Parts: sequence; C-alpha cells; structure tokens
Amino acid sequence: MPLTVEIVTAERVVRTERGVDVLIAPGSEGQLAILPRHAALMTTLDAGELIFRRGAEEAPFAITGGFMEVLRDRVTILADAAEAAEEIDIARAEAARARAEERLRRAREQGGRDVDTARAQAALQRSIMRLKVGARRRPRTGAPRPGG
Amino acid sequence: MPTIRQLKRRIASVKNSAKITNAIQLVAASKMRRAQDRALQSRPYAEKLRVVLAGLATMASGDEEAAHPLLANRPVRNVAILHITPDKGLCGGLNSNLNRSAGTFVAMQHEPVSVVAVGKKGRDFFVRAHAHVLAEFTDLGDYPTQGDTLAIARLIIDDYLAGTVDRVYMSFSQFVSTAVQRPVIRQLLPIEAPQADSVAAAEEFRSDYIFEPSPEVVLARLLPRYIEMQIYEAVLESAASEQSAKMVAMKNATDNAQEITRELTLTYNKLRQEQITKELLDIVGGAAALEEK
Repeated sequence: MPLTVEIVTAERVVRTERGVDVLIAPGSEGQLAILPRHAALMTTLDAGELIFRRGAEEAPFAITGGFMEVLRDRVTILADAAEAAEEIDIARAEAARARAEERLRRAREQGGRDVDTARAQAALQRSIMRLKVGARRRPRTGAPRPGG
Repeated sequence: MPTIRQLKRRIASVKNSAKITNAIQLVAASKMRRAQDRALQSRPYAEKLRVVLAGLATMASGDEEAAHPLLANRPVRNVAILHITPDKGLCGGLNSNLNRSAGTFVAMQHEPVSVVAVGKKGRDFFVRAHAHVLAEFTDLGDYPTQGDTLAIARLIIDDYLAGTVDRVYMSFSQFVSTAVQRPVIRQLLPIEAPQADSVAAAEEFRSDYIFEPSPEVVLARLLPRYIEMQIYEAVLESAASEQSAKMVAMKNATDNAQEITRELTLTYNKLRQEQITKELLDIVGGAAALEEK
C-alpha cells in the first residue's frame, strides 16, 4: 500500500498527497527515504528539500525544519514552513534573499541586537532554500534540464 | 425644546455616525471571517503537536533526569504574564474585560509580576497601573503571522531559561462564538504536558517508535515549538475575538443610531406640523380681522 503524506504547518495544511511510493526527507541525521511499510518513526527535520516520488514523477517541496512522524502507511510532517516548488516565486525569493543579506550586513555593522541578526540569518537560509528547490521545478516528465 | 433647525442638524449628525459604524461593521465582518479561518487552519498542526507531546512527556516522565528545563517546576520568585489584547478600541467591552481579568490576576500574585504586552490596549492599561512592563509588541495587524509571534515566544523562553522569571502565564481572549469571547489565563511555562485524554490519541502514540536522533532531542526541539504554537494560537484567537466583538459592537451602534434618528424625525415632524398650524391660524386670523373692518 502506498504512502499517504500530509504536510501541515502552524498556518495551514499545505498538502495531502496520496499514493506516494517514496518520500525523501531532510532528516536531522541525514537525508532519509521512507518506503511503504516503514517502522513507526519520529524524527526531527532540518531545512531542506522534501521529495515525493510517484513512479517516475517527482514533486519537490521546500521545508524549513520540523518533525516527521511515520505511522503505518501514514506520514505526518509538522513543518515550520513548507512550500511546493511550483508555488515558489523565484523573483520574490531572490528579492527576499537580497533583503536578508542587506539586513544581515547592517546588523553586523551596527552590532545590532542578537535577535535581529538571528532573524536575518533565518530569513537568508529560508530564501536560499526556496531558490534551490524553485530551480528544480521542471516538466513533470522528469526530463533533465539542459545545462543541469 | 429644541428648535426645528437644531433637530435637523442633530438628525444629520446621527445619520453620519450610523454610516461610519455601519462601514466598520461590514469591514469587521469580512475580517472576522478571515481571522476565524486562520484560527481553524492552525488546528490540525496544534492537535498533532499536542498528541505527540503528550505521548513523549509520559515516556520521559519515567526518569526524572531526562526532564527538560522547560518542563521543570522551579521555586517561584518572579512571575511574568503575557497579556494579549487588540491595538484598537471600538470593540465593545472586549478590552476592558481582558484588562480587568489580567489586572485582577496580577493583583492576586504574591510574587513580583512583570508584563509582556502584546497590543496597545493592554500595554496602556499596565503602563497606567505602573506595572513593570518587560516588553511590548504592538501593530501585529489584523492577520498576525507566525513570524510576528516567533519573536514573542523567543523572548519568553529566553527569559525563562535565564531564570529571570520562574513562571509565565498568558492572558488572551478565547474565541467561543461571534457573540461570546472569554478572557482566559493559562500557564505557559513551565509546560504542563497535555494529557492524552482521548483513547484514540493514546492508542496512536505507541512507545515502540524509533526516535531519531533520540527521544530527548526530539522533545527538546518539540517543547519550544509547543510554546510558539500556543502563543500563535492565542494571538489568532484574540484577533478573531477582536473582529467579532467589533462587529457586534458596531451593529449595536448602528441599530441605536437608527432608533435615535427615528425618534428625532418624529419630533421634527411634529414640530413642523405645529408650526404650519400656527402659521395657518395666523393667516386665517389675519384674514378674519380684515373682513371684520
């Protein structure tokens, strides 16, 4: 029986995917792939790329840390934030990265509060993540992009 | 007795107020729907987190050594209260109810209390009361995001871990229904692990999980998230409460204004009729006097 995967964040239920053959998740101990009939597992996730594989078809998601629970053939991902690759607006992510870099630089120069620096760093990490996953968006057939 | 002109002016002014309150009511109604939606959408995450935490906490409670600092009950020397209120007024008794509830609670504490205020109304209240306001977060807007509440959670967790405060409460408005919002006060820290009350939830969380990297690490990551989530939920509930209270208050104001307009118009018409009658009498009287000559 294939997997049913649910991605939820504090703000909304991002996606419920049924009939997933393989789920590749960025576990905090390294990337891990979940197949059907996996043992009950509870793990922390790092910021990274989450991939659903259905046959040859792949759907990448960008997530920024969280938890994953595997129970029988149901996987629940409690993500801090999650976005599907096709939802990612490259231009906006690029702008966010530039903004975060600028803020980080300013915070360092002025020796600002730690909170500001930490926030800018987190924002930077998030935007880089989104750019990476967004760039992977490609035709559903899974054909490799020219120039890799 | 007001003159006709005064009445006319008064009617125009009341009608103007009614237009404004009606507009606020409509805006609040649409904002309320969105705020409620957001509160509902955060539920699945919150539920899941609660179930997992309840399961983990019962596992961890076996050995005292593994308990996380966020779960530890320390002797209480300093208390903090996170007071969540709207930024704006015009929402009936919501603000005064919230402030009264938090004010009474603070007055009842034996230990010194510092206040973390979210929202201008609560901040102003505690500043007026000369309470010790530790920090304030205002202008979260009508639809606060997780990013807004993250900073609040971090401040509170840091202060608690640093030992500046030993117990943290949270005061916010619980959204019961459009007509009912209840001020509630809950303990935020140390975390009282939620009870896995429903059998289904307990069944689901079996102890034969593989934990990666380890149950302690998962718990340590989970606990701060739990605080963040609770604050986020409270802020969302407060936002929904604010909009519903505002909608109801403004609806009452509009109805009231219409009632006043009706009464004033009646008086105005009576006065006008009286004046016309008087004028007619004058004319008829004058004509009769001319004829008699």
